[in-house]
Amino acid sequence: MPMLTVKNIVKQYSNHRALDDVSLTIPKGSIFGLLGPNGAGKTSLIRIINQITAPDQGEVYFDGELLQPKHIARIGYLPEERGLYKKMKIGEQLLYLSQLKGLRKQEAIQKINYWFERLNMGDWWDKKVEDLSKGMQQKVQFVATVVHDPELIILDEPFSGFDPVNAQIIQDEILELNKKGATIIYSTHRMESVEELCDNIALINKSKKILDGSVKDIKRSYRNQTYIVTYQYLDVVDTLTLPPAFEIVENKAALDDYELTVHVDNEQSLNDLLLALIPQVNIKQVSEVIPSMHDIFIKQVTSAAIL
Amino acid sequence: MNKILLIIQREYLSRVKKKSFLLTTFLVPLFFIGMYVGIFFLTKKSFEDSHATVYIIDLEGNIGGKLKSNKNITYKVSAKSLTEQMGELKDGEDNNNLLIIPQDFYSSQRIELLSAGKPNITTQSEVKNQLKDIIRNDKYARLGLDIEAIQNIDDKITVTAKEISDTGDAKESHTEVAMGIAMALSVLVYLSLFLYGAQVMRGIIEEKTSRIVEVVISSVKPFQLMMGKIIGIGLVGITQFLLWIILSIALTSVATAFIFNGANVQTELLQSGIEQDALTKSEMGFDMMTALDSVNFPLLLSCFFIFFLGGYFLYSALFAAVGSAVDSETEASQFTMPITMPLLLTYILSFGVLVNDPNGTIATWLSFIPFTSPIAMLVRIPFGVPTWQIIVSVVLLISGFLVTTFIAARIYRVGILMYGKKASFKELIKWFRYKS
Repeated sequence: MPMLTVKNIVKQYSNHRALDDVSLTIPKGSIFGLLGPNGAGKTSLIRIINQITAPDQGEVYFDGELLQPKHIARIGYLPEERGLYKKMKIGEQLLYLSQLKGLRKQEAIQKINYWFERLNMGDWWDKKVEDLSKGMQQKVQFVATVVHDPELIILDEPFSGFDPVNAQIIQDEILELNKKGATIIYSTHRMESVEELCDNIALINKSKKILDGSVKDIKRSYRNQTYIVTYQYLDVVDTLTLPPAFEIVENKAALDDYELTVHVDNEQSLNDLLLALIPQVNIKQVSEVIPSMHDIFIKQVTSAAIL
Repeated sequence: MNKILLIIQREYLSRVKKKSFLLTTFLVPLFFIGMYVGIFFLTKKSFEDSHATVYIIDLEGNIGGKLKSNKNITYKVSAKSLTEQMGELKDGEDNNNLLIIPQDFYSSQRIELLSAGKPNITTQSEVKNQLKDIIRNDKYARLGLDIEAIQNIDDKITVTAKEISDTGDAKESHTEVAMGIAMALSVLVYLSLFLYGAQVMRGIIEEKTSRIVEVVISSVKPFQLMMGKIIGIGLVGITQFLLWIILSIALTSVATAFIFNGANVQTELLQSGIEQDALTKSEMGFDMMTALDSVNFPLLLSCFFIFFLGGYFLYSALFAAVGSAVDSETEASQFTMPITMPLLLTYILSFGVLVNDPNGTIATWLSFIPFTSPIAMLVRIPFGVPTWQIIVSVVLLISGFLVTTFIAARIYRVGILMYGKKASFKELIKWFRYKS
């Protein structure tokens, strides 16, 4: 049973449609990348999942049940726009927020202390938010998101504002939580970390879902028979000719070797390319070019813009 | 339900624990008591200062003995010569005076009053009045009228205003006291509605600009957050009023004891004066006490709390809607102006129309309309208001705040998530219409 199923969601604001018939399935225990440029509708969708706003059409199912207020306690949400009460002590603040999520006081104190220890925040209980650096505030915010052991954690741009060291700490914590069984929705418009973290993604652009599936499948489907061949010339000959079915994208010197990027047309295969190359060069290494999520993202979003 | 209690608790404690809360709670009554004591001492001081000694050089011969010392002036007929006395006056205290009565006093009706410092006006008029009486009595005597008979004609009139209650008993009414209490209530309610309403607004703006609101409303409904804040701050207000009442009673009793001691000094000063004067003084005090006794304090206090709370809920809901719609306090003023107009209007009217004609048409209507009744009804209550009117007013006020809360909640739930968007009234109406 999926952790979350979003069915045909429509959200209409007075002068624009924020979500247009969006459907998603988020498998239990996965890290799900919710991708899309700014203003695509990601935050609108997240707010609907958090029951901050309600959709105009469509339904959301949480763990098999229609989404209800009682599910709030099982969801953790880190909004993109971070915020804490500036004048409130960190400890009291986390206690308040976790009690709002339904934890009992004693339980909450125990869990806050666990996270304080884990993230080296030992003596932060009596500090005020306004006395902390931005990175430290982010840590507090992260604890507020996960302190009640949610089964579904929604992270909207979780790494913005973190220095590389702390970003790594938080990333490790996210992976650890996922290993323990939490399902994670990771919303971002920065693709670098997506391949590293996500099992599945959905790409939203201009209120519509334009792509979804497992990262592996998507990347596989975006292969287009382009290969990189590392080679050396047989003798002193340094020219290379290929039949028109093989389009040379790039041919450049790399250290002692040469690197050839070739696009093979649909009639031919890698074997045909190798047959054409073998008489001319010493092949040292061949690999298929698999597009990065970044490339796919750019390609999808810009092609949508052209249409 | 549990969550709204948590929110109320946070809103309440975070404010009550603030230093500024303690400071205003203790300083405001101290300030008023301080003013009370200060005025008493200043009055006493000026009383002492104004007491003058007047030396008389009576060239006419018969006048000096007729002038009578009282609490303001001590007369002393001088046996010294004019120059001698003038020299003494120059070196003497500021409030020493020299009265020179010429030989032809009755015909010229002129005197000279010399003073070391600036001649005191009270002394001047006191001397003048006594001398006028002397001249008049002299004229009466010449005309052959019986002076004593004339003096015994008492042309004073005492009005005892009584109001007839429903049961037909007449009880003394004290309009001045009622007026005083009415105006004090008007100021108090007006200021506190503004003060606490603005606190609600500021709290919401803070949550919105710091973005904490998104975290909180992923746990609770926007309505719970809004009501939690309004109730929490309302409780802060009630706490403050209760503390003020307790502190004022405590401090007043301390101050009264203190002033009572001080009053002995006054009695000493009075001993040289006319007995009757002291008598009227105590009578006035007695009057004041009975007047205050005539005020129904339990009714007044319970009405104060009911109407303060009703008005607070009504206006703070509107303040909450405004807070949710704007990004900063400066932006808020375009909305707070129109919503607080009825309050301001009633406040201004309360000093004129309402206290002068507390049962008139305007006052009655204003005390029914929920937007104006918190002030208007409280102003009327010290003068006595039929019970049915109070009940109608309270019912209307409660329905009023239910309506404003409903409207505010619908604007609030949309507004708190609208960052960086300039809201207009048109926009607010649109937000109100969004379905939930």
